[in-house]
Amino acid sequence: MRTANRLKAPLLILAALLCLPIVANAELQKSEISRGAMLSNTCAGCHGTDGKSPGAVPSINGKPKEFLEMAIKKYRSGEWDSTVMRRHVRGYTDEEISLIAEYFASKK
Amino acid sequence: MSRFTRRDFLKFTGAASALGVVGHPFNAFAAGAAGRVVVIGGGFGGATVAKYLHRINPAIHVTLIEPNAEFVTCPFSNLVVAGMRDLASISHGYERLRDKYAVNVIHEAATSVDPVAKKVVLASGKFVPYDRLVMSPGIRMLWGEIEGYDEAAAEKMPHAWKAGPQTLNLRRQLEAMPDGGTVIIAPPANPYRCPPGPYERASLIAHYLKQNKPKSKILILDAKDKFSKQPLFEQGWNKLYPGMIEWVKGTKGGRVVRVDTSSNTVYNEIGDAFKADVINLIPPQAAAEITQAAGVADSTGWCPVNQVTFESLMQKDVHVIGDSSIAGAMPKSGYAASSEGKVAATAIATHFAGLEMPEPSYVNTCYSLMAPDYGISVAAVYRMTDDGITKVEGSGGDSPLLATEGQRRMEAVYATGWYDSVTSDMFW
Repeated sequence: MRTANRLKAPLLILAALLCLPIVANAELQKSEISRGAMLSNTCAGCHGTDGKSPGAVPSINGKPKEFLEMAIKKYRSGEWDSTVMRRHVRGYTDEEISLIAEYFASKK
Repeated sequence: MSRFTRRDFLKFTGAASALGVVGHPFNAFAAGAAGRVVVIGGGFGGATVAKYLHRINPAIHVTLIEPNAEFVTCPFSNLVVAGMRDLASISHGYERLRDKYAVNVIHEAATSVDPVAKKVVLASGKFVPYDRLVMSPGIRMLWGEIEGYDEAAAEKMPHAWKAGPQTLNLRRQLEAMPDGGTVIIAPPANPYRCPPGPYERASLIAHYLKQNKPKSKILILDAKDKFSKQPLFEQGWNKLYPGMIEWVKGTKGGRVVRVDTSSNTVYNEIGDAFKADVINLIPPQAAAEITQAAGVADSTGWCPVNQVTFESLMQKDVHVIGDSSIAGAMPKSGYAASSEGKVAATAIATHFAGLEMPEPSYVNTCYSLMAPDYGISVAAVYRMTDDGITKVEGSGGDSPLLATEGQRRMEAVYATGWYDSVTSDMFW
């Protein structure tokens, strides 16, 4: 039994250490299952995860919501020229555009 | 967490090693509110679903089963065929998924699925239990559908429709062919992986030949009568490579039904023979073999799913995404697979949490390069309707036929930006 008890402490420490990185903040991120996230996830393929682009497509994260909303609507109306953006943003309603703008504005 | 005692720890790890379970030793934590997800296939769909599951809920234990150490993308593999890039530049490792997103990556092939016991069997005989399984295994070639075209024949007449050694094989053959030679590209009937891919390939091979072997010709023997972005491709071919590319439609003798590798010849339905220096035969395809073993493919060879959650209509607690799945109006493309992966991740995470899933939204965006500075694209936004996944009216479509050189140049720049972003969205 003494042997078992001596083993107990290191094992508990080991278990705790192994758990730590896994359970830190290990909970559902509600912002990532919102309607805004669902809509915005479709943009990330070109603009990067969270709107942070690694390449030639512009990053859209952290810009003011009002700016993003205005820009998307100007692409939609054709007032701003684009290659592919108009074809995309014509698929979204005003309300959806507002949710997308809010989501990317929140990503710093 | 607090209820997990040393006793449980020993019991679980002991039981796990005794049974030969491969997986995260702390899977037991998550079995309640979060759960264990196993993903088969580390391509566009599988890598994305693994990363996004962790982003949405880090308590979900994600195991990714992928036999290859690196994912070589089919997108941009035509640039390797044309000598514009090397294979390393389109190869992606799984380190970030493992280290940043805590994905348990197992580099082994999955050989079967037991949907009743809810476990995946690996080539080594070990098994991985799951609460939810996501299958994103891609395609298999239907060997023998074209007489004489089997795996051995594909060494002589590469399909290059799974990127890697086949891509390099096609590249080597193009390098070896003489000036004034003929290249045949033979695309299959719909549905197949990457609808505009064969025509981008014809364009970029033409770009290579124009620079290096300008007397050569490309003959596209097509099983179809029309193809993706056709007016844009034909316009570009006339402008960039006049007289170099000939397209033969299916009903005009384009459908290849037999090959003879010894004489490098293909035959159409009425027995016309076409001999060439390089033959790129892209055979008919179906969902990967493992979908048969798992019982998620129907008589079409593809996998019917609930198009909101991507749950299989044939097996409970199994989702199928990407090229293998029947996803309404969405094409079998990398971008579409990735988009489906995000929808499936949201469906699974909300299911575990007992929450309602938001209405799904899906997108596809595909660029085709016709020359290094000449790009075109097709895009669409999709929603679920009574008819399945359907394009939102007024959204999407092809690049305009009337465009300036500057616009085509910008689309070529964005094609590279697209590639960098879509792959970083999977792996970074």
